Amino acid sequence: MLDLPSAELLARLQFAFTIAFHIIFPAFSIGLASYLAVLEGLWLKTGDKAYLVTFKYWLRIFAMVFGMGVVSGLVMSYQFGTNWAVFSDKTGPVIGPLMGYEVLSAFFLEAGFLGVMLFGHNKVGPRIHYSATLMVAFGTLFSAFWILSVNSWMQTPAGFSINEVGQFIVEDWWAVIFNPSFPYRLVHMVLAAYLTTAFVVGGVGAWHLLRDRTNKPARIMFSMALWMAACVAPLQVVAGDLHGLNTLEYQPRKIAAIEGLYDTTDGAPLVLFGLPNDDKERTDYAIELPNMASLILTHDWTGKVLGLKEWAREDRPPALIVFWSFRIMVIIGILMVGLGLWSLYARLNGTLFHNRLLQKSAVLLAPSGFIAVLSGWVVTEVGRQPYTVYGLLRTSESLSPVEAPAVAGSLAIFAVVYFIVFGAGVFYTLRLMAVTPVAETEGPPTRQPLRAAGTTPAAAFTTDKTGVEHD
Amino acid sequence: MIDLPLIWAFLLAAAILIYVILDGFDLGIGILFPFLPAGENRDTAMNSIAPVWDGNETWLVLGGGGLFAAFPLAYALLMPALYAPLLAMLLGLVFRGVAFEFRWRDDAHRPYWDFSFTMGSLIAALCQGIALGAFIQGIDVDGRTYAGGWWDWLTPFSVMTGVALVVGYALLGATWLVMKTEGGLRDIARRFARRCAIGTVAFIILISGATLWLVPRFVDIWFSWPTLIYVTPVPIAVVLGTWWLWHSLNHGPDHSAFLAAILLFILSFIGLGISLFPYIVPLEITIWQAAAPEESQSFLLVGTMVLLPLILGYTAYAYWVFRGKVKTGEGYH
Repeated sequence: MLDLPSAELLARLQFAFTIAFHIIFPAFSIGLASYLAVLEGLWLKTGDKAYLVTFKYWLRIFAMVFGMGVVSGLVMSYQFGTNWAVFSDKTGPVIGPLMGYEVLSAFFLEAGFLGVMLFGHNKVGPRIHYSATLMVAFGTLFSAFWILSVNSWMQTPAGFSINEVGQFIVEDWWAVIFNPSFPYRLVHMVLAAYLTTAFVVGGVGAWHLLRDRTNKPARIMFSMALWMAACVAPLQVVAGDLHGLNTLEYQPRKIAAIEGLYDTTDGAPLVLFGLPNDDKERTDYAIELPNMASLILTHDWTGKVLGLKEWAREDRPPALIVFWSFRIMVIIGILMVGLGLWSLYARLNGTLFHNRLLQKSAVLLAPSGFIAVLSGWVVTEVGRQPYTVYGLLRTSESLSPVEAPAVAGSLAIFAVVYFIVFGAGVFYTLRLMAVTPVAETEGPPTRQPLRAAGTTPAAAFTTDKTGVEHD
Repeated sequence: MIDLPLIWAFLLAAAILIYVILDGFDLGIGILFPFLPAGENRDTAMNSIAPVWDGNETWLVLGGGGLFAAFPLAYALLMPALYAPLLAMLLGLVFRGVAFEFRWRDDAHRPYWDFSFTMGSLIAALCQGIALGAFIQGIDVDGRTYAGGWWDWLTPFSVMTGVALVVGYALLGATWLVMKTEGGLRDIARRFARRCAIGTVAFIILISGATLWLVPRFVDIWFSWPTLIYVTPVPIAVVLGTWWLWHSLNHGPDHSAFLAAILLFILSFIGLGISLFPYIVPLEITIWQAAAPEESQSFLLVGTMVLLPLILGYTAYAYWVFRGKVKTGEGYH
């Protein structure tokens, strides 16, 4: 007889698995939708064809990413009920309307105008088409607004009371929506989405620049993306720091787990490396910078930082996962800032489009945003454990009356389906990114484009130029 | 005093009806896909729905989200009860949704993505029908939790409603194609539409009968004086709608069969509403028992009053932009 983990653990795994897949797509599409709006706006304003080429290039990729985001998000909207029915019953009166607003103000806006954006080039004028692009971009941002509000409320609940059947009842909608951690979380996430997109766009631009440094659309992508990295990555560090201070105030347990700190300490050290050990209540193999954690968190050399032992064992989040996810996120953040600064230096030197090492680094860092977003998400969600609504509703008390085999079976099916479907999707997206962006110039081509796929350069060129691969 | 649960029940019912009609026809295209000759015909059929399917499916999210927001108890009871068919439906929709993009990107594997488009549509339609059947026949409730078993949803009745919805969606899809296409494809669609019309009407009769036999309470509603006066227009309208549909398929302008098929769906939905009202979990929980607290329902209602007309407006605009017959090769790909 095979021993199954508990239904709770399986349901958590299922939720973590499906949301980890899902979050990749919105993180990309939020940034990409705004980028497309900027590109189309620049084209309308300057009339420079290269912007239009770049726009159409990323539009195809957007359609792919958005499609995958829609279908994986559809799953999320029902999973609250299937696996977390008690949670749904109790928190429905608070988060239900917020999610309702997301559907009404964001999903419909995106979906309604996506058709015009993708297929409407010959059906509507450029201005109306541009409005459709803007609406899609706004939709993605509205969606982030509401979802982050829901998530923040689960982290730092406010503005509610609890009724006789255990449901959360709203006393003050303003306090619910703009709960204490919401502004920090929203800014942090939207900046993360913009950075994620910027690094993908910059990586793709760099990839094509390495093959042909005169390619105009590739130059546009590379230059715009690195402006974004140079300006937004440092801003993200500030936003992250403020978010951390907010977490210290409202979720000190999460901070203790992030720091791998078990004993409450005055002048807590910053642990650079270590293995938090929840059983023994200490961080093994720790390499520390004395007093630095206190300095960063409390802005005071000997400030007091609470350790995990302040709380009963069953009320603590698992430290090892939170500790390491956080460090992965921070390391990527530092790399992003570094690449941004490097690009500024290259710009001043006039070597932005010639520095191959810079371009190769940009290619390497192309997927870094996704890893950072995923690790950040793990920090915030695992750090909230063992609660679904922080301090109020335990994860173990949120579960549906479903049996472990049912959850295990559906988890297995999800895993298989997601790897097939989204594996194929990622493959096709990468293939679209490998296509050289070709400026629509008059006359015969002066340079032969290079491409991995395609049998002869001539055939590859026709394919690239029209972008129609199936003909 | 405003009866908020009643308003929400109507709004939710309207959202689900709109979903069924809109996603119904594009799921129907998926169901009919293998019967269309490969190549240009399939591409055209796909392109006739490509700009709108995403918006159509959003009504399903509104259905789920609206239920969660306005009637959280019903959401918490129905979702575990319908666990398997709902998850299968979602996975079907995943396979189908990505096919819209993937099939154009990969010549070598196009048949696989076409197959996943069809299977996804078929499974989604079948599971929605099964979920509907399971919902009508009722679920076990104990206090505030679902008390039934893992397989309760699977009965001969729910399988019948599942198949019925597949046939009905195929009718919507076929009549949509009659409206949106020309030439050989339209002739093929018209042929399918006739078969599906016969099937759909047969299922309407069959399920109405089975429902009355299954739940005695429904007999009281439909056959007792004086409610009889109010409810008889529905079956009469079904007869007229059937005649309209058949006439349209043989002689009517290209758009009228689609409208007639929609009418039949609306009438069936109204019939269902008459039987089930005021229950949101049939014969267990009424809309008032499942309702979210007033402050939740009114908060969302305010936004809905503003946003819903806007949504209907720009959705109509999007359909208007893509009005008329779809031309071959009209993608963005």
